[in-house]
Amino acid sequence: MSRVYSLYSTSVGKKFTMAVSGAIFVLFVIVHMFGNLKVYLGPEAFNHYAEGLRGFGEPFLGHEWFLWAFRAGLIAALLIHVLAAWQTSRQSWAARGHKYRKRDNLVFHYASRTMRWGGVALFLFIVYHILHLTTGTLHPDFVPGDAYHNFVTGFRSVPVVVIYSVAMIALGLHLYHGTWSAFQTMGVDGPRINRWREPIALGVALIVVLVNLSFPVAVYTGIIH
Amino acid sequence: MRLKLHVWRQASPSDRGGFATYEAEASEHMSFLEMLDVVNEELESKGQEPIAFDSDCREGICGTCGMVINGRPHGPWKRTTVCQLHMREYSDGDEIWIEPWRADGFPIQKDLIVDRSAFDRIVAAGGYISVRTGSAPEANAIPVAREKAEKAMDAAACIGCGACVAACPNASAMLFTSAKAAHLNLLPQGQPERHGRVLNMILTMEAEQFGTCTNHGACENACPKEIKIEVIAMLNRDYLRALLKAG
Ligand code: HEM
Ligand code: FES
Repeated sequence: MSRVYSLYSTSVGKKFTMAVSGAIFVLFVIVHMFGNLKVYLGPEAFNHYAEGLRGFGEPFLGHEWFLWAFRAGLIAALLIHVLAAWQTSRQSWAARGHKYRKRDNLVFHYASRTMRWGGVALFLFIVYHILHLTTGTLHPDFVPGDAYHNFVTGFRSVPVVVIYSVAMIALGLHLYHGTWSAFQTMGVDGPRINRWREPIALGVALIVVLVNLSFPVAVYTGIIH
Repeated sequence: MRLKLHVWRQASPSDRGGFATYEAEASEHMSFLEMLDVVNEELESKGQEPIAFDSDCREGICGTCGMVINGRPHGPWKRTTVCQLHMREYSDGDEIWIEPWRADGFPIQKDLIVDRSAFDRIVAAGGYISVRTGSAPEANAIPVAREKAEKAMDAAACIGCGACVAACPNASAMLFTSAKAAHLNLLPQGQPERHGRVLNMILTMEAEQFGTCTNHGACENACPKEIKIEVIAMLNRDYLRALLKAG
């Protein structure tokens, strides 16, 4: 416990917990994206997949046990990630009490400057997304157990498509800098891997964003209905 | 050429400070600091307080000079300290904003001079090795792989000017601290104290009111000695190792 405490006591350690929790999210969004691709196979396949998530691990585990363990893990990671983001941001804001009058941008890429507001946007989106497609609270025509129906009818509204599109841009920027940054923070560095860090980060960000954006577009243009 | 300078003037650490505007006459053969020297001579001849700024070697090797010019630490030239910046960069009628390093870890002493003793304390916390003194040891007694020697030399090129902190959107001192740890951690002579060095230097850095690294890369782009942020990845890795060992 004392090691965990001393790790978290410095900003270097806080960043490490952000990188680890962030890496968990990166894997999650990739898996989530693959799962969503099943929507192109039609209602049967998609609903079967959605039901499979609930029954995963049966009969060794009870119904939805796996799903809830998975959710608990993600929520824990999110809490750690956001807490560390908040604390390190505050430390950095305090470190430059007096701002420059003139500022030239020397950062590697624009995405790194969007991590804080982009992270907040992502957080709001996560809440909305759960209320929209998981609980159905904010869904006008939610049918429990018919994930395909909820998915398709959900994207028939322009404001919803706009929300998802903006969120995916925020996600893309966060993933691009975040994935690259996580390599750096975790000390994954060397002559061979360094050549791949940038392309991996860009590739993950582009693929996740483009595939996820294809869903509302496919609904909207009637490719899936 | 005639220039318009907006210079940060602050009489003392507690003074609020503000920009003052000066007209300057310069030739393209001058260095940037010579241009300021001339401005200062004129100020003094009028009985006014000259602009206070730091410099020593004026050859780009000591790390004493430093100011932010139009938003860039050490001005617009890559791989160049401000003492090596020359006026041929500018042309008649240019307007130039000159500010001190801005970071709470570097309190302003006067005008463009900041107190960088926080860096000394970080180095004192671990930027050394323990050896038996006496006659100099045989230079080739301890073999060092060429690749490591070169990396250590690259990190050791840090002159401690503070441009990395000045450029960082978070005012973080990670590039400096990492460079100072790396040039010792890469060499055999640095191994016995490696873990303690890393922990102590990071703890001291934390105590000095610097911000937290978010891997923006601005430090690397501002560094006059082109220290690469791979030294930061190395420090991150060493920190974890040190914690695992320390238990
Ligand atoms: C929920 C709200 C979120 C907030 C407030 C947030 C905020 C931040 C901040 C401030 C950073 C450090 C910025 C930097 O390195 O420049 C960061 C890093 C990161 N974030 Fe997030 N984030 C959030 C959600 C997410 C999500 C959903 C993902 C994954 C899709 C993610 C993945 C990452 C990764 C991989 C890092 C890199 C860690 C590192 O710098 O080493 N974050 N986040
Ligand atoms: S005065 Fe020595 S580096 Fe500029």
